[in-house]
Amino acid sequence: MDSHTTETLLRWIVLVPLLGAAVGGLLNRRLPKKVAGLMACGTVGVSFALSVTVFLRLTRMPAAERFVSDTMATWIGFGNLQVDLGFSMDPLSGVMALVVTGVGFLIHIYSLGYMAHDEGFSRFFAYLNLFIFAMMTLVLGENLLMLFVGWEGVGLCSYLLISFWFNDEANAAAGKKAFIVNRVGDFGFLLGIFLIGVTLMPHLGQGEGLLSFRTLQHHSGLMAPVATAICLLLFLGATGKSAQIPLYIWLPDAMAGPTPVSALIHAATMVTAGVYMVARMNFLFILSPTAMTVVAAVGVVTAIFAATIALTQNDIKKVLAYSTVSQLGYMMLACGVGAFGIGIFHVMTHAFFKALLFLGSGSVIHAMSNEQDMRVMGGLKDKLPVTYWTFLVGTLALAGIFPLAGFFSKDEILWKAFSSDLGGVLPWAIGFLAAGLTAFYMMRLVVLTFFGENRASAEVRSHIHESPATMTMPLVILAVLSVVGGWIGWPHFMGGGAWFEQWLEPVFAGTHAADHGGHGVITHAMETAGHVATGGHAAGEAMHDTMMEWILAGASLVWGLLGLSVGWFVYMKKISIATAFRNMAGGFPHKVLLNKYYVDEAYEGTFIRPGYRLSKSILWKIVDAGLIDGLLVNGSALVVAITGSMLRLFQNGMVRFYAWSFTVGVTVFVLYLSFSG
Amino acid sequence: MEITLTHYLLLAMVLFLTGMVGFVLRRNAIVMLMCVELMLCSVNIVFAAFSRFHASADGHVFVLMNFAVAAAEAAIGLAILVEIFRRRRTVNVDDLKALME
Repeated sequence: MDSHTTETLLRWIVLVPLLGAAVGGLLNRRLPKKVAGLMACGTVGVSFALSVTVFLRLTRMPAAERFVSDTMATWIGFGNLQVDLGFSMDPLSGVMALVVTGVGFLIHIYSLGYMAHDEGFSRFFAYLNLFIFAMMTLVLGENLLMLFVGWEGVGLCSYLLISFWFNDEANAAAGKKAFIVNRVGDFGFLLGIFLIGVTLMPHLGQGEGLLSFRTLQHHSGLMAPVATAICLLLFLGATGKSAQIPLYIWLPDAMAGPTPVSALIHAATMVTAGVYMVARMNFLFILSPTAMTVVAAVGVVTAIFAATIALTQNDIKKVLAYSTVSQLGYMMLACGVGAFGIGIFHVMTHAFFKALLFLGSGSVIHAMSNEQDMRVMGGLKDKLPVTYWTFLVGTLALAGIFPLAGFFSKDEILWKAFSSDLGGVLPWAIGFLAAGLTAFYMMRLVVLTFFGENRASAEVRSHIHESPATMTMPLVILAVLSVVGGWIGWPHFMGGGAWFEQWLEPVFAGTHAADHGGHGVITHAMETAGHVATGGHAAGEAMHDTMMEWILAGASLVWGLLGLSVGWFVYMKKISIATAFRNMAGGFPHKVLLNKYYVDEAYEGTFIRPGYRLSKSILWKIVDAGLIDGLLVNGSALVVAITGSMLRLFQNGMVRFYAWSFTVGVTVFVLYLSFSG
Repeated sequence: MEITLTHYLLLAMVLFLTGMVGFVLRRNAIVMLMCVELMLCSVNIVFAAFSRFHASADGHVFVLMNFAVAAAEAAIGLAILVEIFRRRRTVNVDDLKALME
């Protein structure tokens, strides 16, 4: 194995938020609100500062050696099964660490304002800190098992925070739904880990961490025969955490939690864990074209599927939630066509603008006295100027308008979907269509919320006010990031350096064989030029690709603008078009979309109710009541009772009888011993 | 006639059987205690005889310990019996069934 550079700061990135969670959670209400809030923000701030420090250290290293690790102890040491309790940072986890702690820090500050009047203030911040701890374990974990610990940890925090206001039955149910749906995915993930362990164990030398990512990458060849199975199982976990079809159903319901939670966990960080995991395991996924196809297909179908649902939702947070599901689909699409770096790029830009949009919607909800229905909003543009402008920036970024962050990442994903060997015209076309829908529904949201007449009741209207500085400051910072955040990935064909992609290159070095798109095109073309005598042909091909890239990027931009304009036109000028659509074909399409394709109902019919019936009729009445209670518990008690009542005949209180039995027994025993030899 | 090991063992057997049969058949607790002493005594004879004929001191050690055990047993047994007699005015074991259940 390569030399390790040790960096003991790593553990503190993870442990400081845990400390904050422990203190805040244990003292809870005994802590004054101010102290609890500042401590929570402080610990995440420290975590962010440490991440930056280590990250800067990485940048000073030669590209191929950018890897620091911090092993605290051996967690499991058993024969040649060794798993360390350790953390590591490479370019990929470095980026994720910065995004998580950076955006997390901003959202902590925002929460100071948003949660100021809440009774569970300390509890909220303790959970948030705990989340940062779990997420950093996930991101910085040195091996797959550490990643899994973090994975489960963020799931727990997600559950706790979704049902934060647990007095409302619906919120508690949403939390449970998220947890249970995620368990389904986690089951696949665990099986995937087991399969890796079983496959690798016999081949490992002493002292090689079994599930350490470096070991896995080193020995990925050994797993080639079962790569498809492993990857599909791992991907099942990813569909749960990253809300992909078929397990996306929990995310829209997760909006029951406080809005900062939606921004932090259910938009910017936790839900990208699945994408991160797929990118982390790129060396395995690349071995299985089948798995890659599944990832890409699930991603692109999720992207369009969720985008269509978002068209009709009336709850401001639900629209954003489906938008998140849709954007996560794009990230998966990128991974599925081998462009893992671009997928992570979109994770980052999406974290900026989607956190911004959620926090903006939180600011709106705050102003509207906790109203979330867009039908009673409107005209907030002048009353909430900061929220409005930042929200607009986020909308444009999400719609993929040049030169905002979303343009670069989304356009690059579409280009890779089009040009990669694993992609094609179909995934590009679907993704392209979804991009237009995204622009449309976001404009719908903006118009309904910020333009026109205010449709709220007079009482609510009199309370509308711009949010305090603790809430608007993060909005402004995130808005700036949503503008400039994409520039670090300025693509080659536009004269940029695609620095982001280059930065991640060492992590995805093994995947280059499959990647002929974008940056790879040029090197690939050069190679071809070397082999083929007619270099002009290859150069022509590269030229052709660049042309194509310009055309597609232009098309995306025009398409995005078109979506925005149509949204503006329909909801600002001609609301009758929307009404006409609603009534189209007897209102059936609208009803289907409004009810989210009846997927929840379908799951209810196929899994939940049969499962419930199975539990009630067989598992409860036969297995539990009959087998366990009847046969095992009461049965064993019955055996003891019968034996006892028989043995009791011997205890008749006659001492002479005891003596007699004793004598007979001893005699028989002695005789047996004498004659048995 | 020379006295051999067999004679000692026969004597011990007779004593032991006497004690055993007495213990099983008699109902008076005091007699039963005496029968127990008889059995212990026969065992002592066996120990002493083997010790003597094998020229080993081990048996004597056991005999001494047996004395101690027998003495303790008699002391505690008699004390219990005295106490029982005071309360129940009987030492007939067939009437002492209170601990049956």
